[in-house]
Amino acid sequence: MRREVPLFITFFIGMLLIFSVFIPPMESLGEDFTVFFDIIAVFAFFLGGGNLLRVHVSKLTRQKRDWQYSIVTLLGFAVTLVIGLFKIGNPGGIAAAPTAAGSLFQEIFDYCLVPLGATMYSLLAFFVASASYRAFRAKNREATILLIAAFIILLGRTPFGTVVTGWIPESFDVLQVPNLAVWIMNAPNLAGQRAIMIGIGLGVVSMSLRVILGIERTYLGEDKS
Amino acid sequence: MFYPGPLVALVDIGRTISLVIIGGGLLWLFIRALKGKEVDRRVIFLFIFIAVATPILFPITFGEKATRVVKAVYDKIESLPAGSTVIISFDFDPAMAPEVQPMANAITRHCLVKGHKIIFMSLFATGQALLTQTLRDVVETEFPDKKEEVDYVNLGYKAGNEGVLNVIISDFKKMFPTDVNNIPYDSIPALDDVSSCKDVDLIVSIGGGKPGVKEWVLFVGDPGRVPVACGVAAVVAPQMYPYYPKQLLGLLGGIKGAAEYESELIHNYPRFKDVDTPGLRMMGPQTLAHMVIITFILIGNLSFFIKKRKDRQ
Repeated sequence: MRREVPLFITFFIGMLLIFSVFIPPMESLGEDFTVFFDIIAVFAFFLGGGNLLRVHVSKLTRQKRDWQYSIVTLLGFAVTLVIGLFKIGNPGGIAAAPTAAGSLFQEIFDYCLVPLGATMYSLLAFFVASASYRAFRAKNREATILLIAAFIILLGRTPFGTVVTGWIPESFDVLQVPNLAVWIMNAPNLAGQRAIMIGIGLGVVSMSLRVILGIERTYLGEDKS
Repeated sequence: MFYPGPLVALVDIGRTISLVIIGGGLLWLFIRALKGKEVDRRVIFLFIFIAVATPILFPITFGEKATRVVKAVYDKIESLPAGSTVIISFDFDPAMAPEVQPMANAITRHCLVKGHKIIFMSLFATGQALLTQTLRDVVETEFPDKKEEVDYVNLGYKAGNEGVLNVIISDFKKMFPTDVNNIPYDSIPALDDVSSCKDVDLIVSIGGGKPGVKEWVLFVGDPGRVPVACGVAAVVAPQMYPYYPKQLLGLLGGIKGAAEYESELIHNYPRFKDVDTPGLRMMGPQTLAHMVIITFILIGNLSFFIKKRKDRQ
């Protein structure tokens, strides 16, 4: 029964949602289930918060490597949560949105989270430069094609590309570097991306069918009985 | 960045010195490459640092011309009659914000100057706070006459990813019974003619992660036959091209896309000449960094071929 009941629920709900797409009177049923899903999705935040606490409290109490950083994480989590929940320093009071302009929660977001996130992302520039230097070498035919494409895209992403090829008449504007960069994106890249997407799509359909029909059971976890 | 009179000369000197350092340094590395010598990773990091920092400290600006993919978004917003409804969805996090928020700001500016009603929302938990930044920096500052709930509405964030879209395609109120200020859906004049996503004239998803543009196309744009446009980070743009131009009418890719849009907006609406244009401003660091990377690729290939020839000999 421990296996049969979840398998039946999966099969029943799966078939119901498939029919709701194709049978108009059942459309609202699909919508209702989506709302149920959205309600369940909210609990992911509780799970996420709980997990963060569990991992870092354990790291702190056992004084594992770099445990000091856990103090910063836990403090940041607690302070932001309390300020957001109780709308501390919010000009609109308890009824206002936590992210109301001028609220303390928004200030923390603007002056801590945004710069930290941007800093992490901007480090990419250094690694991309180093990787480009090492990877884009004309070692063989394929690598040369990759190198030329990278060259055009890099140049096309700068105004320098417009300056260099701006003289090309409008009737041949596809040869201007920025437009050439768009063409690379829009033709060879598009073909490759579509092939991958169609492959993924077919994979999703077959995997979904396997789950609905009970062939794929790994999501149920290990049956210890 | 605005510099007072006496500082202008200093900025020019600083910019020239930095460019000479970069140019001279690269030339030195080029000569080394002719001898078949490789460049150390730390040297590359140093050059990228100077190339990015210089145009931030001593601004270098370039003129931009909108490419077709960007122009398509601009033209669509331009062609909509005043009073049309546009959804702008902030589907990104702070890490992506420097690249895509300038797009959100420019598109918001364009919609408001054309007299369109805007529905702001977010599928990312952190998107709502970023949305507040746009409301504060663009809407409230540049358009003080525009009233919340009348000319625009902030519906904020809703958990559920594509599940949210699956519902709002047929019923907005079911997912957003109130806006962020707890005003009931039916009391918001901006939403008078909007019961579902099918009633809006354009959807602009700004982001690049999941849920984001792809989900808007799959769950709303296609089934509801609603035009969708997007602004995404440069690394995500290649994944969006399969949808262009039928499922995505146009797209803004990276800072370049933002700069092109800002440039087009300034060109057609001179009143925005003095507003902050981070897209155009950031094209300086991006251009210089790209030029440095291109030079390093050339240097790398040069030293590679010289070494190969030496090995053969």
